[in-house]
Amino acid sequence: MSILDVKNIKKSFDQLAVLKDISFSVNEGEVVAIIGPSGSGKSTLLRCITQLERADEGEITLCGLEMCKSVNSKSVYSSHEVLHKIQLSCGLVFQNFHLFPHYSVLKNVMDAQIHVLKQSKPKAKQIALDFLDKMGLSDKADAYPCQLSGGQQQRVSIARALALNPKILFFDEPTSALDPELTGEILKVIKELAKENMTMVIVTHEMSFARDVADKVIFMDDGYIVEEGDPREVINNPKSERTKQFLKRFSGEE
Amino acid sequence: MEISTQIGILLNSSVLSIQLFFLTLLFSLPLGLVIAIGRMSKYKIISIPVKIYQVIMRGTPLLLQLIFVYYIMNSILKDYGIIIQRFPAAVIAFVLNYAAYFSEIYRGGIESMPQGQYEAAKTLGYTRSQTFVRIIFPQVIKRILPPMCNEFMTLVKDTSLAQVIAVSEIFYNANSIASTTYTFTPIFIAGVIYLLMNFIVQRCFDFAEKKLNYYR
Repeated sequence: MSILDVKNIKKSFDQLAVLKDISFSVNEGEVVAIIGPSGSGKSTLLRCITQLERADEGEITLCGLEMCKSVNSKSVYSSHEVLHKIQLSCGLVFQNFHLFPHYSVLKNVMDAQIHVLKQSKPKAKQIALDFLDKMGLSDKADAYPCQLSGGQQQRVSIARALALNPKILFFDEPTSALDPELTGEILKVIKELAKENMTMVIVTHEMSFARDVADKVIFMDDGYIVEEGDPREVINNPKSERTKQFLKRFSGEE
Repeated sequence: MEISTQIGILLNSSVLSIQLFFLTLLFSLPLGLVIAIGRMSKYKIISIPVKIYQVIMRGTPLLLQLIFVYYIMNSILKDYGIIIQRFPAAVIAFVLNYAAYFSEIYRGGIESMPQGQYEAAKTLGYTRSQTFVRIIFPQVIKRILPPMCNEFMTLVKDTSLAQVIAVSEIFYNANSIASTTYTFTPIFIAGVIYLLMNFIVQRCFDFAEKKLNYYR
Protein backbone atom coordinates (compact mmCIF):
# COMPACT_ATOMS: atom_id res chain seq x y z
CA MET A 1 0.00 0.00 0.00
CA SER A 2 1.42 3.35 -0.89
CA ILE A 3 2.03 5.71 1.99
CA LEU A 4 3.51 8.59 0.01
CA ASP A 5 2.41 9.75 -3.41
CA VAL A 6 4.11 12.59 -5.17
CA LYS A 7 2.67 13.68 -8.50
CA ASN A 8 4.14 16.17 -10.95
CA ILE A 9 5.82 18.34 -8.34
CA LYS A 10 7.38 21.54 -9.60
CA LYS A 11 9.27 24.06 -7.52
CA SER A 12 11.23 27.16 -8.44
CA PHE A 13 13.18 29.66 -6.39
CA ASP A 14 12.67 32.97 -8.16
CA GLN A 15 13.69 32.15 -11.74
CA LEU A 16 15.58 28.99 -10.88
CA ALA A 17 13.56 25.83 -11.50
CA VAL A 18 14.77 23.24 -9.00
CA LEU A 19 12.12 20.55 -9.33
CA LYS A 20 10.81 20.27 -12.84
CA ASP A 21 8.39 17.37 -12.81
CA ILE A 22 8.76 14.82 -10.06
CA SER A 23 6.46 11.86 -9.51
CA PHE A 24 7.10 8.84 -7.37
CA SER A 25 5.51 6.83 -4.61
CA VAL A 26 6.66 4.97 -1.54
CA ASN A 27 4.98 1.86 -0.18
CA GLU A 28 4.58 1.07 3.47
CA GLY A 29 7.71 -0.58 4.87
CA GLU A 30 9.75 0.41 1.86
CA VAL A 31 13.18 2.03 2.01
CA VAL A 32 13.81 4.44 -0.83
CA ALA A 33 17.19 5.99 -1.49
CA ILE A 34 17.41 9.18 -3.52
CA ILE A 35 20.79 9.72 -5.14
CA GLY A 36 22.14 12.23 -7.59
CA PRO A 37 24.59 15.08 -8.00
CA SER A 38 24.51 18.19 -5.81
CA GLY A 39 21.99 20.72 -7.03
CA SER A 40 19.81 18.05 -8.61
CA GLY A 41 16.92 18.94 -6.29
CA LYS A 42 17.05 15.98 -3.88
CA SER A 43 16.98 18.05 -0.73
CA THR A 44 14.37 20.44 -2.11
CA LEU A 45 12.16 17.47 -2.90
CA LEU A 46 12.50 16.22 0.67
CA ARG A 47 11.83 19.70 2.00
CA CYS A 48 8.65 19.95 -0.06
CA ILE A 49 7.40 16.62 1.24
CA THR A 50 8.19 17.55 4.85
CA GLN A 51 6.54 20.98 4.44
CA LEU A 52 9.68 23.05 4.89
CA GLU A 53 9.03 24.37 1.38
CA ARG A 54 5.85 24.66 -0.60
CA ALA A 55 5.59 23.13 -4.04
CA ASP A 56 4.45 25.46 -6.83
CA GLU A 57 2.65 22.75 -8.72
CA GLY A 58 1.66 19.16 -8.23
CA GLU A 59 0.12 16.88 -5.63
CA ILE A 60 1.42 15.26 -2.49
CA THR A 61 -0.49 12.68 -0.49
CA LEU A 62 0.94 11.29 2.74
CA CYS A 63 -0.62 8.51 4.81
CA GLY A 64 -3.89 8.94 2.97
CA LEU A 65 -4.06 12.65 3.75
CA GLU A 66 -3.89 15.18 0.97
CA MET A 67 -1.19 17.78 1.60
CA CYS A 68 -1.71 19.63 -1.65
CA LYS A 69 -3.47 19.15 -4.93
CA SER A 70 -3.12 20.78 -8.29
CA VAL A 71 -5.76 23.29 -9.28
CA ASN A 72 -5.19 25.15 -12.56
CA SER A 73 -1.58 23.97 -12.42
CA LYS A 74 -1.03 25.55 -8.98
CA SER A 75 -0.57 23.59 -5.78
CA VAL A 76 -3.40 24.29 -3.36
CA TYR A 77 -2.60 23.30 0.20
CA SER A 78 -5.00 21.70 2.65
CA SER A 79 -6.19 23.32 5.86
CA HIS A 80 -3.81 24.01 8.71
CA GLU A 81 -5.23 21.10 10.74
CA VAL A 82 -4.65 18.57 7.97
CA LEU A 83 -1.14 19.87 7.35
CA HIS A 84 -0.34 19.59 11.05
CA LYS A 85 -1.64 16.03 11.10
CA ILE A 86 0.52 15.17 8.10
CA GLN A 87 3.48 16.86 9.77
CA LEU A 88 3.09 14.60 12.77
CA SER A 89 3.04 11.46 10.65
CA CYS A 90 6.45 12.15 9.18
CA GLY A 91 9.83 12.68 10.77
CA LEU A 92 12.88 14.37 9.30
CA VAL A 93 16.53 13.84 10.15
CA PHE A 94 18.76 16.70 9.05
CA GLN A 95 22.28 16.71 7.72
CA ASN A 96 23.36 19.01 10.55
CA PHE A 97 21.22 17.36 13.26
CA HIS A 98 19.64 20.61 14.49
CA LEU A 99 19.32 19.41 18.06
CA PHE A 100 18.10 21.95 20.59
CA PRO A 101 21.37 22.94 22.31
CA HIS A 102 19.74 24.31 25.47
CA TYR A 103 18.00 21.02 26.22
CA SER A 104 19.62 17.86 27.54
CA VAL A 105 19.64 14.81 25.29
CA LEU A 106 16.70 13.38 27.22
CA LYS A 107 14.72 16.60 26.95
CA ASN A 108 15.43 16.85 23.24
CA VAL A 109 13.69 13.51 22.81
CA MET A 110 10.95 14.18 25.40
CA ASP A 111 9.90 17.75 24.79
CA ALA A 112 7.90 17.41 21.57
CA GLN A 113 6.14 14.34 22.95
CA ILE A 114 4.93 16.38 25.90
CA HIS A 115 4.14 19.66 24.17
CA VAL A 116 3.05 18.46 20.74
CA LEU A 117 1.55 15.01 21.36
CA LYS A 118 0.40 15.97 24.90
CA GLN A 119 1.96 12.81 26.23
CA SER A 120 2.24 12.51 30.01
CA LYS A 121 5.71 13.23 31.39
CA PRO A 122 6.50 9.76 32.79
CA LYS A 123 5.31 8.12 29.56
CA ALA A 124 7.34 10.53 27.43
CA LYS A 125 10.41 9.88 29.56
CA GLN A 126 9.98 6.14 29.23
CA ILE A 127 9.64 6.37 25.45
CA ALA A 128 12.62 8.72 25.23
CA LEU A 129 14.81 6.42 27.34
CA ASP A 130 13.76 3.41 25.26
CA PHE A 131 14.77 5.09 22.03
CA LEU A 132 18.01 6.41 23.49
CA ASP A 133 18.76 2.89 24.64
CA LYS A 134 18.04 1.61 21.17
CA MET A 135 20.47 4.19 19.77
CA GLY A 136 23.08 3.06 22.31
CA LEU A 137 22.95 6.36 24.15
CA SER A 138 21.39 5.48 27.51
CA ASP A 139 24.43 6.86 29.31
CA LYS A 140 24.14 10.19 27.50
CA ALA A 141 20.59 11.07 28.57
CA ASP A 142 21.74 13.88 30.85
CA ALA A 143 24.44 15.21 28.54
CA TYR A 144 23.98 18.28 26.36
CA PRO A 145 24.28 18.09 22.58
CA CYS A 146 27.53 20.10 22.58
CA GLN A 147 29.15 17.35 24.65
CA LEU A 148 28.44 14.67 22.03
CA SER A 149 30.25 13.60 18.88
CA GLY A 150 28.57 14.21 15.53
CA GLY A 151 27.52 10.57 15.26
CA GLN A 152 26.01 10.64 18.73
CA GLN A 153 24.19 13.89 17.95
CA GLN A 154 22.78 12.38 14.80
CA ARG A 155 21.58 9.34 16.73
CA VAL A 156 19.87 11.63 19.23
CA SER A 157 18.14 13.41 16.38
CA ILE A 158 16.96 10.05 15.01
CA ALA A 159 15.65 9.15 18.47
CA ARG A 160 13.95 12.55 18.66
CA ALA A 161 12.16 11.89 15.37
CA LEU A 162 11.25 8.30 16.25
CA ALA A 163 9.84 9.29 19.65
CA LEU A 164 6.89 10.93 17.91
CA ASN A 165 6.06 7.60 16.29
CA PRO A 166 6.14 8.77 12.67
CA LYS A 167 4.76 6.58 9.93
CA ILE A 168 7.51 7.59 7.57
CA LEU A 169 10.99 8.89 8.26
CA PHE A 170 12.99 11.14 5.94
CA PHE A 171 16.75 11.54 6.02
CA ASP A 172 18.41 14.49 4.34
CA GLU A 173 22.02 13.39 3.80
CA PRO A 174 22.26 12.11 7.37
CA THR A 175 25.95 11.27 7.15
CA SER A 176 27.33 14.14 5.06
CA ALA A 177 28.56 16.05 8.12
CA LEU A 178 30.29 12.99 9.58
CA ASP A 179 33.64 11.27 9.11
CA PRO A 180 33.65 7.71 7.67
CA GLU A 181 33.77 6.06 11.08
CA LEU A 182 30.78 7.99 12.42
CA THR A 183 29.00 7.49 9.10
CA GLY A 184 29.15 3.75 9.78
CA GLU A 185 27.43 4.30 13.14
CA ILE A 186 24.50 6.05 11.52
CA LEU A 187 24.18 3.65 8.60
CA LYS A 188 24.03 0.79 11.08
CA VAL A 189 21.14 2.48 12.88
CA ILE A 190 19.28 3.03 9.60
CA LYS A 191 19.83 -0.62 8.65
CA GLU A 192 18.34 -1.65 11.99
CA LEU A 193 15.31 0.51 11.32
CA ALA A 194 14.95 -1.01 7.86
CA LYS A 195 14.90 -4.48 9.42
CA GLU A 196 12.00 -3.33 11.60
CA ASN A 197 10.13 -2.30 8.45
CA MET A 198 10.29 1.41 9.10
CA THR A 199 9.27 3.30 5.97
CA MET A 200 12.16 5.56 5.05
CA VAL A 201 13.21 7.94 2.31
CA ILE A 202 16.91 8.67 2.40
CA VAL A 203 18.79 11.27 0.41
CA THR A 204 22.35 9.99 0.41
CA HIS A 205 25.70 9.97 -1.30
CA GLU A 206 26.58 6.56 0.14
CA MET A 207 26.14 4.40 -2.94
CA SER A 208 27.03 1.04 -1.44
CA PHE A 209 24.72 1.76 1.46
CA ALA A 210 21.88 2.67 -0.89
CA ARG A 211 22.45 -0.54 -2.78
CA ASP A 212 22.48 -2.69 0.36
CA VAL A 213 19.61 -1.18 2.28
CA ALA A 214 17.18 0.39 -0.15
CA ASP A 215 14.29 -1.44 -1.79
CA LYS A 216 14.25 1.21 -4.46
CA VAL A 217 16.71 3.78 -5.71
CA ILE A 218 15.77 7.02 -7.39
CA PHE A 219 18.42 8.84 -9.39
CA MET A 220 17.74 12.55 -9.79
CA ASP A 221 19.43 15.05 -12.03
CA ASP A 222 18.58 18.63 -12.89
CA GLY A 223 15.14 18.53 -11.30
CA TYR A 224 14.00 15.30 -12.91
CA ILE A 225 13.95 11.66 -11.90
CA VAL A 226 16.24 10.12 -14.49
CA GLU A 227 16.05 6.54 -13.38
CA GLU A 228 14.36 4.56 -10.65
CA GLY A 229 14.09 0.94 -9.70
CA ASP A 230 15.81 -1.95 -8.00
CA PRO A 231 19.02 -0.69 -6.34
CA ARG A 232 21.28 -3.35 -7.82
CA GLU A 233 19.91 -2.62 -11.27
CA VAL A 234 20.21 1.14 -11.00
CA ILE A 235 23.60 1.19 -9.30
CA ASN A 236 25.27 -1.77 -11.02
CA ASN A 237 23.65 -1.57 -14.47
CA PRO A 238 22.32 1.93 -14.96
CA LYS A 239 20.44 2.42 -18.19
CA SER A 240 20.68 6.15 -18.70
CA GLU A 241 23.91 7.78 -19.78
CA ARG A 242 23.62 10.42 -17.06
CA THR A 243 23.35 7.81 -14.33
CA LYS A 244 26.34 5.89 -15.71
CA GLN A 245 28.40 9.05 -15.80
CA PHE A 246 27.46 9.95 -12.21
CA LEU A 247 28.06 6.49 -10.81
CA LYS A 248 31.45 6.13 -12.51
CA ARG A 249 32.82 8.67 -10.07
CA PHE A 250 31.74 6.54 -7.15
CA SER A 251 33.09 3.23 -8.43
CA GLY A 252 36.52 4.05 -7.04
CA GLU A 253 35.08 4.26 -3.53
CA GLU A 254 34.31 0.55 -3.22
CA MET B 1 26.88 69.40 56.85
CA GLU B 2 28.40 66.17 58.18
CA ILE B 3 29.57 63.73 55.54
CA SER B 4 27.57 60.97 57.23
CA THR B 5 24.44 63.11 56.90
CA GLN B 6 25.21 63.62 53.23
CA ILE B 7 25.69 59.90 52.72
CA GLY B 8 22.42 59.30 54.56
CA ILE B 9 20.48 61.66 52.32
CA LEU B 10 22.00 60.25 49.16
CA LEU B 11 21.43 56.64 50.19
CA ASN B 12 17.85 57.54 51.00
CA SER B 13 17.33 59.08 47.60
CA SER B 14 18.95 56.10 45.93
CA VAL B 15 15.78 54.19 46.80
CA LEU B 16 13.95 56.33 44.27
CA SER B 17 16.68 55.74 41.67
CA ILE B 18 16.47 52.01 42.25
CA GLN B 19 12.68 52.11 41.96
CA LEU B 20 13.01 53.96 38.68
CA PHE B 21 15.54 51.36 37.51
CA PHE B 22 13.36 48.37 38.31
CA LEU B 23 10.08 49.88 37.11
CA THR B 24 11.74 50.78 33.81
CA LEU B 25 12.96 47.20 33.37
CA LEU B 26 9.64 45.72 34.45
CA PHE B 27 7.80 47.45 31.62
CA SER B 28 10.42 48.02 28.96
CA LEU B 29 11.76 44.46 28.78
CA PRO B 30 8.39 42.97 27.70
CA LEU B 31 7.49 46.04 25.64
CA GLY B 32 10.84 45.79 23.87
CA LEU B 33 10.07 42.21 22.86
CA VAL B 34 6.69 43.23 21.47
CA ILE B 35 8.36 46.04 19.51
CA ALA B 36 11.03 43.66 18.21
CA ILE B 37 8.36 41.28 16.94
CA GLY B 38 6.51 44.19 15.35
CA ARG B 39 9.72 45.37 13.72
CA MET B 40 10.24 41.93 12.17
CA SER B 41 6.66 41.74 10.91
CA LYS B 42 6.32 41.12 7.21
CA TYR B 43 3.39 43.54 7.19
CA LYS B 44 4.64 47.04 6.43
CA ILE B 45 1.65 48.57 8.20
CA ILE B 46 3.17 47.22 11.41
CA SER B 47 6.90 47.33 10.75
CA ILE B 48 7.10 50.89 9.41
CA PRO B 49 5.37 52.64 12.35
CA VAL B 50 7.56 50.57 14.67
CA LYS B 51 10.66 51.71 12.78
CA ILE B 52 9.57 55.35 13.09
CA TYR B 53 9.04 54.86 16.81
CA GLN B 54 12.55 53.44 17.15
CA VAL B 55 14.09 56.29 15.18
CA ILE B 56 12.42 58.90 17.37
CA MET B 57 13.18 57.17 20.66
CA ARG B 58 16.78 56.37 19.81
CA GLY B 59 17.39 59.52 17.85
CA THR B 60 16.44 62.12 20.42
CA PRO B 61 17.94 62.70 23.87
CA LEU B 62 16.30 60.95 26.80
CA LEU B 63 16.59 64.29 28.58
CA LEU B 64 14.32 65.82 25.96
CA GLN B 65 11.89 62.91 26.19
CA LEU B 66 11.64 63.39 29.96
CA ILE B 67 10.80 67.04 29.47
CA PHE B 68 8.36 66.16 26.74
CA VAL B 69 6.44 63.61 28.81
CA TYR B 70 6.36 65.73 31.93
CA TYR B 71 5.85 69.30 30.71
CA ILE B 72 4.36 68.99 27.24
CA MET B 73 2.14 65.97 27.88
CA ASN B 74 0.91 67.56 31.08
CA SER B 75 0.07 70.83 29.38
CA ILE B 76 -1.91 68.91 26.74
CA LEU B 77 -3.61 66.56 29.19
CA LYS B 78 -4.38 69.35 31.64
CA ASP B 79 -7.45 70.23 29.57
CA TYR B 80 -8.77 66.73 30.18
CA GLY B 81 -8.12 66.97 33.89
CA ILE B 82 -5.24 64.48 33.81
CA ILE B 83 -1.99 65.25 35.60
CA ILE B 84 1.08 63.04 35.35
CA GLN B 85 3.21 63.26 38.50
CA ARG B 86 6.98 63.63 38.25
CA PHE B 87 7.93 60.08 39.09
CA PRO B 88 5.37 58.34 36.84
CA ALA B 89 6.36 60.75 34.06
CA ALA B 90 9.98 59.69 34.47
CA VAL B 91 8.99 56.00 34.40
CA ILE B 92 6.95 56.52 31.21
CA ALA B 93 9.80 58.31 29.45
CA PHE B 94 12.37 55.73 30.53
CA VAL B 95 10.16 52.79 29.52
CA LEU B 96 9.44 54.24 26.07
CA ASN B 97 13.12 55.03 25.52
CA TYR B 98 14.61 51.80 26.81
CA ALA B 99 12.04 49.59 25.09
CA ALA B 100 13.30 50.97 21.78
CA TYR B 101 16.88 49.97 22.61
CA PHE B 102 15.91 46.59 24.05
CA SER B 103 13.83 45.83 20.97
CA GLU B 104 16.88 46.07 18.73
CA ILE B 105 18.87 43.85 21.06
CA TYR B 106 16.09 41.26 21.00
CA ARG B 107 15.89 41.52 17.23
CA GLY B 108 19.61 40.98 16.87
CA GLY B 109 19.37 37.90 19.07
CA ILE B 110 16.32 36.48 17.33
CA GLU B 111 17.74 37.02 13.85
CA SER B 112 21.02 35.40 14.80
CA MET B 113 19.27 32.10 15.50
CA PRO B 114 20.04 29.48 12.87
CA GLN B 115 17.17 28.61 10.53
CA GLY B 116 17.69 24.93 11.37
CA GLN B 117 16.23 25.42 14.83
CA TYR B 118 12.95 26.66 13.34
CA GLU B 119 12.93 23.85 10.80
CA ALA B 120 13.62 21.14 13.36
CA ALA B 121 10.83 22.52 15.55
CA LYS B 122 8.43 22.65 12.62
CA THR B 123 9.06 19.07 11.55
CA LEU B 124 8.52 17.97 15.16
CA GLY B 125 5.09 19.59 15.07
CA TYR B 126 5.68 22.57 17.37
CA THR B 127 3.37 25.49 16.64
CA ARG B 128 4.94 28.84 15.84
CA SER B 129 4.35 30.20 19.31
CA GLN B 130 5.64 27.02 20.95
CA THR B 131 8.73 27.24 18.77
CA PHE B 132 9.36 30.78 19.91
CA VAL B 133 8.69 30.20 23.59
CA ARG B 134 10.36 26.80 23.99
CA ILE B 135 13.13 26.74 21.40
CA ILE B 136 14.07 30.19 20.15
CA PHE B 137 13.64 32.63 23.03
CA PRO B 138 15.56 30.66 25.69
CA GLN B 139 18.55 30.57 23.35
CA VAL B 140 18.12 34.25 22.48
CA ILE B 141 18.46 35.19 26.16
CA LYS B 142 21.90 33.63 26.32
CA ARG B 143 23.01 35.46 23.18
CA ILE B 144 21.81 38.89 24.27
CA LEU B 145 23.22 38.90 27.80
CA PRO B 146 26.35 40.96 26.97
CA PRO B 147 24.52 43.80 25.16
CA MET B 148 21.77 43.68 27.80
CA CYS B 149 24.35 44.14 30.54
CA ASN B 150 25.51 47.27 28.71
CA GLU B 151 22.01 48.67 28.63
CA PHE B 152 21.30 47.86 32.27
CA MET B 153 24.45 49.66 33.35
CA THR B 154 23.62 52.65 31.19
CA LEU B 155 20.15 52.68 32.72
CA VAL B 156 21.60 52.85 36.23
CA LYS B 157 23.51 55.98 35.25
CA ASP B 158 20.67 57.40 33.15
CA THR B 159 18.33 57.47 36.14
CA SER B 160 20.26 60.63 37.07
CA LEU B 161 18.61 62.37 34.11
CA ALA B 162 15.30 62.29 35.97
CA GLN B 163 16.55 65.31 37.92
CA VAL B 164 15.59 67.44 34.93
CA ILE B 165 11.95 67.06 35.94
CA ALA B 166 12.87 67.39 39.62
CA VAL B 167 12.52 63.75 40.57
CA SER B 168 14.33 63.56 43.87
CA GLU B 169 16.81 60.86 42.90
CA ILE B 170 20.48 60.58 43.88
CA PHE B 171 21.96 63.16 41.58
CA TYR B 172 19.23 65.70 42.20
CA ASN B 173 20.06 65.59 45.89
CA ALA B 174 23.81 65.48 45.35
CA ASN B 175 23.55 68.65 43.27
CA SER B 176 21.44 70.48 45.78
CA ILE B 177 23.71 69.54 48.70
CA ALA B 178 26.74 70.57 46.64
CA SER B 179 25.29 73.97 45.90
CA THR B 180 24.37 74.66 49.52
CA THR B 181 27.62 73.37 51.05
CA TYR B 182 29.96 74.59 48.30
CA THR B 183 31.76 71.18 48.21
CA PHE B 184 32.12 68.42 45.69
CA THR B 185 31.87 65.65 48.28
CA PRO B 186 28.20 64.84 47.59
CA ILE B 187 28.94 64.53 43.86
CA PHE B 188 31.76 62.16 44.68
CA ILE B 189 29.54 60.13 47.03
CA ALA B 190 26.87 59.93 44.32
CA GLY B 191 29.50 58.58 41.93
CA VAL B 192 30.43 55.87 44.42
CA ILE B 193 26.77 54.88 44.83
CA TYR B 194 26.31 54.56 41.04
CA LEU B 195 29.50 52.55 40.82
CA LEU B 196 28.32 50.27 43.58
CA MET B 197 24.96 49.70 41.91
CA ASN B 198 26.63 48.89 38.60
CA PHE B 199 29.03 46.56 40.34
CA ILE B 200 25.99 44.60 41.50
CA VAL B 201 24.46 44.68 38.01
CA GLN B 202 27.71 43.37 36.57
CA ARG B 203 27.85 40.57 39.12
CA CYS B 204 24.27 39.55 38.35
CA PHE B 205 25.07 39.29 34.66
CA ASP B 206 28.27 37.36 35.36
CA PHE B 207 26.19 34.96 37.38
CA ALA B 208 23.56 34.60 34.64
CA GLU B 209 26.20 34.03 31.98
CA LYS B 210 27.85 31.39 34.09
CA LYS B 211 24.50 29.79 34.73
CA LEU B 212 23.75 29.58 31.00
CA ASN B 213 27.20 28.34 30.17
CA TYR B 214 26.11 24.71 30.33
CA TYR B 215 25.62 24.66 26.57
CA ARG B 216 27.18 26.27 23.56
